[in-house]
Amino acid sequence: MNAAISQKPSLLETIIRKRWLGKSFLVAMAILALWKLTISFLAGPTIFMQQVINGFQLGFVYALIALGYTMVYGIVRLINFAHGDVFMVGAFVSYYAIADFGLNSWPAKVMPGLPVWLSTAIGVITVVLLSMVSCAFLAFTIERIAYKPLRNAPRISALITAIGVSFFLEYFGALPIAFGPNFVTYERPFEVVNWVISTSGIVALEPGVAPPDNTLIISNISLYIIIISLLLLFTLNFFVRRTRVGKAMRATAYDKPTSRLMGINVDGIISVTFAVGAALAGAAGVLYATAFPQVYFAMGIIPGLKAFVAAVLGGIGSIPGALVGALIIGEAEVLSAAYISTPMRDAVAFSILVLVLLVRPTGIFGEPSREKA
Amino acid sequence: MSKRLFVILSLLIIASFILPACGGGGSSTIKIGLLAPLSGAVPTFGVSTQQGVEIAVKEWNDKGGVLGKKIELVVADSQCSADPAVNAANKLIDQDKVTFVVGEVCSSASIPVAEIVNPKKVVQISPTSTNSGVTVDKDGNTRPFTFRACFIDPFQGLVMAKFAAGKGFKTAFVMYDQGNDYTVGLAEAFEKSFTELGGQVVGKETYTKEDTDFSAILTKVADSKAEVLYLPDYYNIVNLVGAQAKDKGVTAVMMGGDGWDSSDLDVKAAEGGFYSNHYDPGDTRPIVVEWLKKFGAAYKDDAGQPRVPDALSTLAYDATNLLLAAIQKAGTADDTTKVAEAMAGISWEGVSGQITFDPQHNPIKAAAVIGVMGGEKKFVESIAP
Repeated sequence: MNAAISQKPSLLETIIRKRWLGKSFLVAMAILALWKLTISFLAGPTIFMQQVINGFQLGFVYALIALGYTMVYGIVRLINFAHGDVFMVGAFVSYYAIADFGLNSWPAKVMPGLPVWLSTAIGVITVVLLSMVSCAFLAFTIERIAYKPLRNAPRISALITAIGVSFFLEYFGALPIAFGPNFVTYERPFEVVNWVISTSGIVALEPGVAPPDNTLIISNISLYIIIISLLLLFTLNFFVRRTRVGKAMRATAYDKPTSRLMGINVDGIISVTFAVGAALAGAAGVLYATAFPQVYFAMGIIPGLKAFVAAVLGGIGSIPGALVGALIIGEAEVLSAAYISTPMRDAVAFSILVLVLLVRPTGIFGEPSREKA
Repeated sequence: MSKRLFVILSLLIIASFILPACGGGGSSTIKIGLLAPLSGAVPTFGVSTQQGVEIAVKEWNDKGGVLGKKIELVVADSQCSADPAVNAANKLIDQDKVTFVVGEVCSSASIPVAEIVNPKKVVQISPTSTNSGVTVDKDGNTRPFTFRACFIDPFQGLVMAKFAAGKGFKTAFVMYDQGNDYTVGLAEAFEKSFTELGGQVVGKETYTKEDTDFSAILTKVADSKAEVLYLPDYYNIVNLVGAQAKDKGVTAVMMGGDGWDSSDLDVKAAEGGFYSNHYDPGDTRPIVVEWLKKFGAAYKDDAGQPRVPDALSTLAYDATNLLLAAIQKAGTADDTTKVAEAMAGISWEGVSGQITFDPQHNPIKAAAVIGVMGGEKKFVESIAP
């Protein structure tokens, strides 16, 4: 027998073909990370839980932005780089609504009898809705002006256009006639309340008082972010799964020509997809600015990039993937800031992306053969 | 064309003969050059500086000048930039025969000017350049003829450490932007001085200027139970950190440096905090009150109200006064070496504090501590080193 025509592949070939190196590296990193997290957890369980809550607060905001990337990509295969700037516009719309018009306090003025928490909640939801509608309208306009004429152009043209739109929104926003070039302090739509969670129950924390040892602090900001994000995620899921438009969206994502033959208004559906994605970014803008109360014209770049990474990590085109990817990125950032070092937070988050893509090039939930919205 | 050129050239030649002659009364007046950015990126800095200098010169002249001689101010536009500043300095020294220079405002312009004036034995005092390279050359030697009227960045860290220790605080947490020399300098100086004063730095965290989510660090701050959170960054970071600190149950008193000094500082987020600054109009020392009165009488705002001098005007006023006081102390305006020596050994009270110079020609003087209380920035106390 000649060794050259042996059917049995060499060990080296097997390693390369089955990506053993990448996989074992990933496993090693995962074990290392788990070990580090366990040590940190055992060293201080409450502070660890506190950091996890911080991570969720960030992760849910990323999730809302990531959904816009993933939905648009799922349908038109376009990475909409202007998405982060739509998020910025959403934050500014809510800033003006709150600071100049006091929109967040309208229930208290119109219906003074309401309990405080209810009128606050209605006020916040109004502000969020206003931002969502404004962003949806903005994205609809952008799509019609900048992307639709390029529907049949090479994909790179649309990508470059998206980058152009992104720069336009940033630097138009920086003009004094728009938002101006300065950092603006964001007025939160509600007063911050902190609650202390301990074994003996939940109590509100007086401002300026240090929390007792071994307790968790959760603020109404985190609660608003998590509740509003979850609400929007469920609504989106319902919309995509159950409604006619949602079904048409999924059909368009599978196969555009056939959908058109079946009588679906593909262009209309694409516009709706942009609008829905942008509406989520608008909501994210309000929540992000509430958590980190400062708005400025370039605020969308970094969160937009992180959310894009989250969408790719989760598998771009997949809605649950965007959520899972965003939560992973949020937690990775906060936990590495807490237990490794703050300047490393982005490095760690992006390394996770690289490692996952080494093993699953389409992301965690990505399906190489049939991507869907 | 050539005719016009000829006329200009001949005018220049004639001027070069006449000008030294009319400025030549070296015995009757003392000339002081001012290098200030009156055009370029930061013309407001130049205007403020010139106003401070002019008030000081007028005051001395009204009193009869220095050593019986009137003071003559020669202003040159140095544009806060190296090349124009060098040209302006050369013009002042070679053409106007100036031997005393106040300026420049910006460190990037003051350093090249310092390179020129020292070999020519011209005394230079910069009102506001904070870079350590202004008074010290590349080899670490003090430039003999260059001084400054402002304290350098790390000094503010020392002042706040002293203030914190004076308030009885024992533990501090330090946060700084690792990519910004200003915040690194203040943070390091604070840590060193606070430890020397018996305090303990219980935690130290860095971030980058793109960060907006400080929750992880602030959770650590809350957990460390530090009494002071030292955050020597600019107001935009302070606004973000201050607001988030309150969400994370941080009760530490926030402290910082002159980067906080902005009308855009969010007084709600910074409530209860303290920061150091060069001077504060709320200081009640008589010299400050008098300075406010003098400046307000000389300069009115658009509504005709007396204007409040900013730090630039104040430091320019102090720098000019220091220089003239040094000339008076030296007893001569002709021997600049003696004037420089007199300046190095001076102890003099200015609006921004009692000033003496350390061996690097940096002033040792008090800094103003300003507190954010009830939504307003209020002068708290003046801290001497």
